[in-house]
Amino acid sequence: MHSTGLALAELGALFFGLGILGRLALRIGISPIPLYLLGGLAFGQGGLLPLGGVEEFTMISSEIGVVLLLLLLGLEYSADELITGLKRDWVAGIVDAVLNALPGAAVALLLGWGPLGALVMAGVTWVSSSGIVAKVLGDLGRLGNRETPVVLSVLVLEDLAMAVYLPVLTTLLAGVGLLVGMSAVGVAVLAVTVVLVVALRYGWVVSAVVDSPVPEVFLLRVLGAALLVAGIAAELDISAAVGAFLLGIAISGSTAENATKLLEPLRDLFAAIFFVVFGLNTDPRQIPPVLGIAVALAVVTTITKIATGWWAARRQGAATLGRFRAGAALVARGEFSIIIAGLAVTSGAADPGIAPLTATYVLLMAIVGPVAARVVEPIVRRTVLRRRAVSMPATP
Amino acid sequence: MGVDVEVTPLPGIGTREDFTVRSGQRIGVVTHRDGHVELIVSRLDDPDACAASTPLTAEESNTLASLLGAPHLVSQLAEQQRELDGVHTTQLPVQPGSPYDGRTLGDTAMRTRTGVSVVAVVRRQVVHPSPAPDFAFEGNDMVVMVGTTDGLASGARILDQG
Repeated sequence: MHSTGLALAELGALFFGLGILGRLALRIGISPIPLYLLGGLAFGQGGLLPLGGVEEFTMISSEIGVVLLLLLLGLEYSADELITGLKRDWVAGIVDAVLNALPGAAVALLLGWGPLGALVMAGVTWVSSSGIVAKVLGDLGRLGNRETPVVLSVLVLEDLAMAVYLPVLTTLLAGVGLLVGMSAVGVAVLAVTVVLVVALRYGWVVSAVVDSPVPEVFLLRVLGAALLVAGIAAELDISAAVGAFLLGIAISGSTAENATKLLEPLRDLFAAIFFVVFGLNTDPRQIPPVLGIAVALAVVTTITKIATGWWAARRQGAATLGRFRAGAALVARGEFSIIIAGLAVTSGAADPGIAPLTATYVLLMAIVGPVAARVVEPIVRRTVLRRRAVSMPATP
Repeated sequence: MGVDVEVTPLPGIGTREDFTVRSGQRIGVVTHRDGHVELIVSRLDDPDACAASTPLTAEESNTLASLLGAPHLVSQLAEQQRELDGVHTTQLPVQPGSPYDGRTLGDTAMRTRTGVSVVAVVRRQVVHPSPAPDFAFEGNDMVVMVGTTDGLASGARILDQG
């Protein structure tokens, strides 16, 4: 009885604290993700106040958080959009992957974390935060901009690539050989293809299975289906997150919209726990040694993301300012980097240094990203465009 | 001459529909998946970017549409009546939920009470000229009226308060 009361009080204090952090984030206009991470760092081992008695709950909650993050991401896209994006912008997707995965992989190899560590860090620096980027575009009133579809296409391709990357990573982290790892690529590609085809042809069937006019029944069905699929996917080493993502894609139309509305508050709750738990599992005392590396990685991958967006926007005919806006919009890293590092940390197969490095890196990038998106215009106007104006004086 | 409206999908967000006007600016609408719309107007110096992107409710966009559709009618009527001293043309909205939202033109007894003639009603950009007494108003209709200044003022009060 007594321990139940203590656990409730601890959870209450945790949520209330996160609420204060969330409000603070809103006030200063940044994503709450870095503050949740900081909150986790403050509470965890070596932190101010170790949480006891609620680990089991927070552990499973953070898993649910990942499932919900990916389910809602999948719900946002229709199979149609994914296929169109893949056909039109696959080159941009490859440029994005090469430019942004290499710095992470290189750092991991330099630190002696081996090929597995390199694969993890490649994912950490590669994928932009769809959540932060979409929010920043909306906040800055850039949804109607000409370069915005390019930015969204890059996000779509990254998310789609994750549906192959995460299963492969999960398989390799499970400690199987390279050969089985390679076959995981085949299985993952096959799974994605099957889901896209099913979603395109029979999306309404999947929607009908979970749909219900009664919100309560609908919520239970869609959440139940998501956890079921995620659990089966995890057992098959396809990764729970990808299972949920694929289910999200298969659910379409008004069912997807209603599910998003119902699940959003749940996602926010469990995702917050997920970020906190990652912070909890990271020892803050290990951060100072990796701080320099994280900053260097942040600088390099900010530049590579801007280059990616610049190049992709130029392909679609945006002018100089638009190209830089597209690049800066993509800079933010967030949930995916943490999900990838989280998989590595829980498996125990990769170097434990990944957790503090990723936590620091995401702390930096989740703050730098939105700031970069905001300041890119005045900076480009003052530097690139002015220089151009000086070198090409206007004809009278 | 028609305008070419370009439709661009925005994955995960909705669609953008816009066209380029004579000034070189793009004007259009971003429709979110949940149905809410944003009016976008691009910048003059940088047509890639938006000077405005304003969220509009369904009522607000209806009102904007009728504001854009109706002035031509009012200015035409005003032009025709310029020679007649003391006769004015104006357009007044039927607010959603106002006493005549859902009731007919006959119910207002506008002509009898104020001497004002209702010459047209603009609904969702469509002009209904010379509405009959059994014409039923809806919220956000624009009522185009001709009459004296006093008459129009009373007319406005009637539409507003009954």
